[in-house]
Amino acid sequence: MKLTMWTYEGPPHVGAMRIAASMKGVHYVLHAPQGDTYADLLFTMIERRPSRPPVTYTTFQARDLAGSTADVFKSACRDAVERFQPDALLVGASCTAELLQDDHAGLARTLDVGIPVVPLELPSYQKKEAWGAAETFYRLVRSFAGGREHPTEIAPNCCNILGPSALGFRNRDDVTEICRLLSANGIDVRVVAPLGATVADLAKLPEAAFNIVLYPEIGESVARYLKKTFGMPFVSTVPIGIGATRTFLAEVRALAGLSNDEPVGEAEDRATWYSRSIDSNYLTNKRVFVFGDATHAIAAARIAARELGFKVCGLGTYMREFAREVREAAEEFGVEALISDDHLDVEQAIIDARPELVLGTQMERHIAKRLRVPCAVISAPVHVQDFPARYSPQMGFEGANVIFDSWVHPLMMGLEEHLLQMFRDDFEFNDQAQASHLHGHSPASADAAGEADGGTMLMAQAPSEDAVWTPDAERELKKVPFFVRGKARRNTELFATRKGIRPITVETLYDAKAHFAR
Amino acid sequence: MNQPLVSCATPSATIRQRGQHEVFCGLTSIIWLHRKVQDAFFLVVGSRTCAHLIQSAAGVMIFSEPRFATAIMEERDLAGMVDMHDELDREVARLLERRPDIRMLVLVGSCPSEVIKFDLNRAAERLDRRYGSKPRVLCYSGSGIETTFTQGEDNFLAALVRDQAVHGASDKIAKLVVAGSVADVVEDQFTRLLDDLGLEDVVFLPGRSSDRLPRIGPNTRFVLAQPYLGATAAALESLGATRINALFPLGEEGTTAWLKAIADTFGVSPARFAAVTEAPRRRALEATAHYRPTIEGKRVFLFPDSQLEPSLARYLSRELDAEIIEVGSPYLHREHVAGELAMLPPRVSISEGQDVEIQIDRCRAAKPDLVVCGMGLANPFEAQGIVTKWSIEFAFTPIQGYEQAGDLAELFARPLTRKAMIAGDRSGSRRVAS
Repeated sequence: MKLTMWTYEGPPHVGAMRIAASMKGVHYVLHAPQGDTYADLLFTMIERRPSRPPVTYTTFQARDLAGSTADVFKSACRDAVERFQPDALLVGASCTAELLQDDHAGLARTLDVGIPVVPLELPSYQKKEAWGAAETFYRLVRSFAGGREHPTEIAPNCCNILGPSALGFRNRDDVTEICRLLSANGIDVRVVAPLGATVADLAKLPEAAFNIVLYPEIGESVARYLKKTFGMPFVSTVPIGIGATRTFLAEVRALAGLSNDEPVGEAEDRATWYSRSIDSNYLTNKRVFVFGDATHAIAAARIAARELGFKVCGLGTYMREFAREVREAAEEFGVEALISDDHLDVEQAIIDARPELVLGTQMERHIAKRLRVPCAVISAPVHVQDFPARYSPQMGFEGANVIFDSWVHPLMMGLEEHLLQMFRDDFEFNDQAQASHLHGHSPASADAAGEADGGTMLMAQAPSEDAVWTPDAERELKKVPFFVRGKARRNTELFATRKGIRPITVETLYDAKAHFAR
Repeated sequence: MNQPLVSCATPSATIRQRGQHEVFCGLTSIIWLHRKVQDAFFLVVGSRTCAHLIQSAAGVMIFSEPRFATAIMEERDLAGMVDMHDELDREVARLLERRPDIRMLVLVGSCPSEVIKFDLNRAAERLDRRYGSKPRVLCYSGSGIETTFTQGEDNFLAALVRDQAVHGASDKIAKLVVAGSVADVVEDQFTRLLDDLGLEDVVFLPGRSSDRLPRIGPNTRFVLAQPYLGATAAALESLGATRINALFPLGEEGTTAWLKAIADTFGVSPARFAAVTEAPRRRALEATAHYRPTIEGKRVFLFPDSQLEPSLARYLSRELDAEIIEVGSPYLHREHVAGELAMLPPRVSISEGQDVEIQIDRCRAAKPDLVVCGMGLANPFEAQGIVTKWSIEFAFTPIQGYEQAGDLAELFARPLTRKAMIAGDRSGSRRVAS
């Protein structure tokens, strides 16, 4: 057993639901106990869909266990096909039904419902949501594209986009942005899947020259299958950030047989200039902690370090399947990758890294709020506020503009930061005050309460046991701006321990400052 | 006091259905129970689905350090490669090391743990012995195969009562037990009213802390504040306590009838009762009256969710003059809701259980003005131009008692008011993103 307070991913059948809900004409019969229909509200509430997800649940109860749950399952399949008349039926089990071991694949074959039935084997006690989505997408593509012909005469500029799905982080707008960019560059996008695709569309996948994987967590296994079966090459550079978008465009144009002399689209890039303008000077070397799904975390770290001039002080993912990629990326920034799906580990890593900005998921938003560190959300899982009404892609040039705004926004603005440093005893403009452009969702009193609780406040952490501070030094430390105070405390204590200095005086504080020279 | 009943003597035939149930399982009740009992920790023994369910339902209420968690069963637990009891003991030890402030640990059974017949009772007893009641360890089932939404609370309260029977702490015998968790503010209001009626030693179940209940015996009377407490009532009765039969305290009429039943049981004089309840009754009627014009004559369809539906329908129909089309309830405890059902107009359909597709068909055909339903159905209905009131809000909002009567009416009036406000000049043209 594993104690879990919060989970970054749902069970694999939620991944399968995401695929069914992404597509058109695919219905999913899920053998599941009463109550598992909670998953509907991920779609109707978080994603604000105007329709119910195409899922029929058997919702068996204890009394059904005495009878034949297999019959309950079979009649649910028949009713679903009759009522919704889908083009294809996915059938699978949730974790509880997996224990019952009704052979839903075998049962579905004997149903004779007149449409293709794709049985899913999703091991709920081993795998998780993203894996379930990838596996489901792969099974569907195998079923409907397998056995098709890869035409010999294909225009080299036509491609498919693989990976975008329901409940994906900003997938709706990413697809729009990338399709727009590709079409401006003379690329013909044939099928986007699974988002918005039908099973007939899946059958057309082999009719393009190459594939683009926008979300490797979901689309990469399909791209590999299409490469192996039809020899279709694929691009898996994820176009998040200016640099990545340029590389992506170059790779795609090369595959499409277009020259790389005049790629189109960069005129929309404002992020590069914004980041170069002098107002962004104070962003230099801000310490940033990055956590999320592998794709978004790696992309975010690269943008942070190379496009915004932040210093990456931590990088991690909750996706063990992509640990290798994240470890490699972490090496670039000289940090050790955190591979964990335990949010308490993540919280500890954030405390240890003492960042000035956290880029993470919904959970890191909670952690950062508790620690009073500015935060922006870069990856699923997310809550309803990250399915915004406005156009807000992460990919492409417009995506980079969105990223510039949303990551810089939570930080204290430049002049404010300077004034705080100069006049830290100001009665209304002190370091307990929220940045003035943010509404106060964590009022100053929360800070005091946090300290009284012994809660781990990142900025005002209690001194470690063997470090003794003189009252003067403690007072002087408080003059360090609050967003770097934790770092200053740690450096000073590290310095004092190394030199064997006890107690820490004002002198030690400044000696340490000179030694580390931030 | 009570107006004459409008209903026919024999309630109309109940529609009983089995099919897809679009409801929460009992685990969801942890979301309010862990806020109510402030020193308890709820540990679900289940799968990733259970963990995902609670966090999805709890939404933004997930803190970095919540007082609930899931011990997720893994492949090796199921394959019998490890002893699940040892595994559970280890995880509980880890948890208590982290949270030494916990005074009551509640093990909550789920579908997977029920299906593999993991003996949670035995585990709870063993852990309770091991920790010498520091903390005490209880268990109940919140599985979807056995419980629907609020029934999770029922099983929890029944476990508290049974625990009292074994480990009864004080010699004091409870005179009146008010069963069913209500918001703290409601609990305080009821305490004041009962106090003014001259009733002392009132015990609320659950209390705000995990302190053991006073002894329950043949002289104990109990009254239900919530309609979903069949198992709790049975547990109290098995200790000799007697139920006070009453309407549920929703709206002015319900609250008055509820208090009156208590007052009559304890021989409070009618004059005193009238004196105590007069002012709050007037306030409740006044507050409700603001919303009656919005709801009056509106046709309401209630999907099953919490078992509060018969009481809500009674309130809607009698105090707000709404017309009720169908009252769905996941389960009908005939005896406990007899009074509520008897007060519904004769033509109302009552349904127990659900086949959601058929019920949706029925609902659409009836063309209601307002549908009370869960969040999995609400937006899809709205997108079709059908106004909805999402139902779990009734479990999370203070709605019981006099002072909340107006708030309860407002919950129903709000979506109707909203529709009138923003429909304006876009008449007929429904625009939703595809």
